[in-house]
Amino acid sequence: MADKKKKNLPPSSQEYQAFQQQREVKRPLLKNCIKAFLVGGFICFIGQLISTAYIYFFDFTEQTAGNPTTATLIFITMLLTGFGIYDRIGQFAGAGSAVPVTGFGNAVISAAIEHRTEGFVLGVGGNIFKLAGSVIVFGVFSAFIVALIKTILIQWGGL
Amino acid sequence: MLTGHRTWIFENKPTILSTGTVGGPFEANGNIPNDFDLLHDDIWLQQASFEKAQQTMMEEACQFAVKNSPIEKEQVQFFIGGDLINQITPTSFTAKTMGLPYFGLFSACATSMESLALSAFLINGEGANYILSGSASHNAAVEKQFRYPTEYGGQKPPTAQWTVTGAGVALVGKEGNGPKITSATIGKVVDMGMTDPFNMGGAMAPAAADTIATHLKERDIDPSYYDLIITGDLGHIGREVSLDLMNKEGLQISEQMYVDCGLTIYREGQPVLAGASGSACSAVVTYGHFLNLMKQGEIHRILVVATGALHSTLSVQQKDPIPCIAHAVSIESGSDLL
Repeated sequence: MADKKKKNLPPSSQEYQAFQQQREVKRPLLKNCIKAFLVGGFICFIGQLISTAYIYFFDFTEQTAGNPTTATLIFITMLLTGFGIYDRIGQFAGAGSAVPVTGFGNAVISAAIEHRTEGFVLGVGGNIFKLAGSVIVFGVFSAFIVALIKTILIQWGGL
Repeated sequence: MLTGHRTWIFENKPTILSTGTVGGPFEANGNIPNDFDLLHDDIWLQQASFEKAQQTMMEEACQFAVKNSPIEKEQVQFFIGGDLINQITPTSFTAKTMGLPYFGLFSACATSMESLALSAFLINGEGANYILSGSASHNAAVEKQFRYPTEYGGQKPPTAQWTVTGAGVALVGKEGNGPKITSATIGKVVDMGMTDPFNMGGAMAPAAADTIATHLKERDIDPSYYDLIITGDLGHIGREVSLDLMNKEGLQISEQMYVDCGLTIYREGQPVLAGASGSACSAVVTYGHFLNLMKQGEIHRILVVATGALHSTLSVQQKDPIPCIAHAVSIESGSDLL
């Protein structure tokens, strides 16, 4: 893809891009992976603690503790986003704070805060899923495809 | 007047009579807090939106420029300026508040020098006696428009830059005391097919190199004529790339004389990645920091090359490359001109 795009460029641009690439600071991939692993793991660890607490102190089972745990994590994210801390964690942790459910919560909440100045209906309502909307669209769509494949396999594959 | 293809020499020596610079809390924590007329400790400036906050800063910068000068606001003929927000509304609304005849410009982060060049041209050609010229940007307003919501926890690459919250305005007059605007070179739009909006420096570097090389060639001067060649907001990567590009072309520009506003405004340790950017960046650093140095006699001749990336969120999403521009204006201290 990237090579195909490059081929359409004039030689001077290609030459410049190569020249520029040598001087460009690359993302520190390994360091980012380690940071993401540690922070992402830590968020999951907190989630596990909350989940265990719900099972231990309240009337939840391992199957039903998932929903209140998610809600609690998102509530914490909401506070961290509102106080302007989550974006700093995000800059440090990258995928570590973006992949867990807290990242999804942050995407929704930050958009809601950002567009507050344009009013509740067209601002907050219209933009709250600006970032998270595609997660929902493609999440639902891929779930549908997977369910379709499963159904076909069960019906005709004799699984 | 016109020298070469796109360089103006201003023989009547338009003068920067005064400047007004306003910054936000992040700038107050930076490297050059003493060079601002006013620093705010709140990014909202008690306004209802970031866009209104930017407008307020622009108005304050205009008021400071007039206050710091020997003239009255009523003597000013035109207001020339621009910013990064859609349809440059904060600048237009400032023009409404100021009640001045107005030219609205857009050259992204090169707007500051575009407006200064045009102001000098108008004054040099006796089209005006006094002009307010400036540009502004607001970090949160720009993040909202060009990138993600301010509080979104996305990780930015090391090539990303931090948009300056501030406004810088110069009051240019046809005579008086102050630094003289001696020439200007208008930039060409340069497109090297760069597509990464998180690497503005790398995209803008060829435009800066092109304008500087053209300026020196058309004025037939050596880079050493200037004490400093100041770029707008190339950041670490763009500065290095453009310097190497020009050295490859045979221009002898030393490391010490090639400085970047985006690397001057903040100090080490502030989380700005590759440096600062934004249309306020070159304006506040030039009108605040470097003109102060000139008044103190530490530098005498500078070439300010403001660089701008002329993309929009729409063009980036439609996979268009990022075209860039750079405008150069030379400013010289009044004393050694005669």
